[in-house]
Amino acid sequence: MTAPFPAAHSGFWATTGMIAAIILTSTIGEVLTAAAMKSIGDLDEIRAHSGMKGAIRAVVTCPLFFAGVSFLALGFFSLLFALNHLELSLVAPASASLTLVTNAIAAKIFLHENVDHRRWTAAVLVCVGVYFLAH
Amino acid sequence: MAHHTLTLRQYGILGLVALCAPLGDTCLSRGMTSLPHISLAHPGSLVAAVFTPWIALGIALLIGFFASYLTALSWADLTFVLPATAFGNVIVALFARFWLHEAISVQRWIGIGLITIGVGFVANGPSLTERPTPESAEKAARVEEAVEEGQAR
Repeated sequence: MTAPFPAAHSGFWATTGMIAAIILTSTIGEVLTAAAMKSIGDLDEIRAHSGMKGAIRAVVTCPLFFAGVSFLALGFFSLLFALNHLELSLVAPASASLTLVTNAIAAKIFLHENVDHRRWTAAVLVCVGVYFLAH
Repeated sequence: MAHHTLTLRQYGILGLVALCAPLGDTCLSRGMTSLPHISLAHPGSLVAAVFTPWIALGIALLIGFFASYLTALSWADLTFVLPATAFGNVIVALFARFWLHEAISVQRWIGIGLITIGVGFVANGPSLTERPTPESAEKAARVEEAVEEGQAR
């Protein structure tokens, strides 16, 4: 079944802008969310100690979590907007693979994660793999 | 960096992270391509789109993804969890090949291989960056002092 409104061909800069908006908002959102979850602690342990309500309370009372979710929501609406104009086979792999690299850089700078050779190699392999998968 | 190994349950949560995201994205794509083109002049149309069946199903799957993703981030690094989300592309391609009997080109098999090797690289490594605790920092300082004293003698 074909879609009644097939994706239109957008220009290079419009396409780049739509994908860049997804990458930027998603990266900020994911770094903020990861920082929030690290500050909260292991959710499995919190749930074992205070139950599911305790785990949910720990998450929803963290301001950093809401900042992260706000940026992830912006990223989500950027994705919806891009999907309305571009094909999934372009938007999903391009945003997913590039976000992987920007997240690795941001995690090293802002979260001080130990992004060793193993993780850089994995990021590049996955990035190239997603590119191949999309073509 | 200490070697943090994962339990079977934690691998299950990473599996949900990998599975729910691409399935949710596929539902969103199906829903959004069946809608008329939305312009920036009418952003309200994007909110209205949320209540259509395919978009709603996509959002339900993405909520499942987000719950598993948050749980995973509470015990693993962001750079450890992220390749799991990319592994979802491999799962979708394998579904397409063995369930829908779609043809997969050599290029796509190479892509599947690269992602699998990349995820394997990360999964074999430590899941969490070791942070120095006040106790471990104190112990390290005591050891350093003892070494300096020994060298002075």
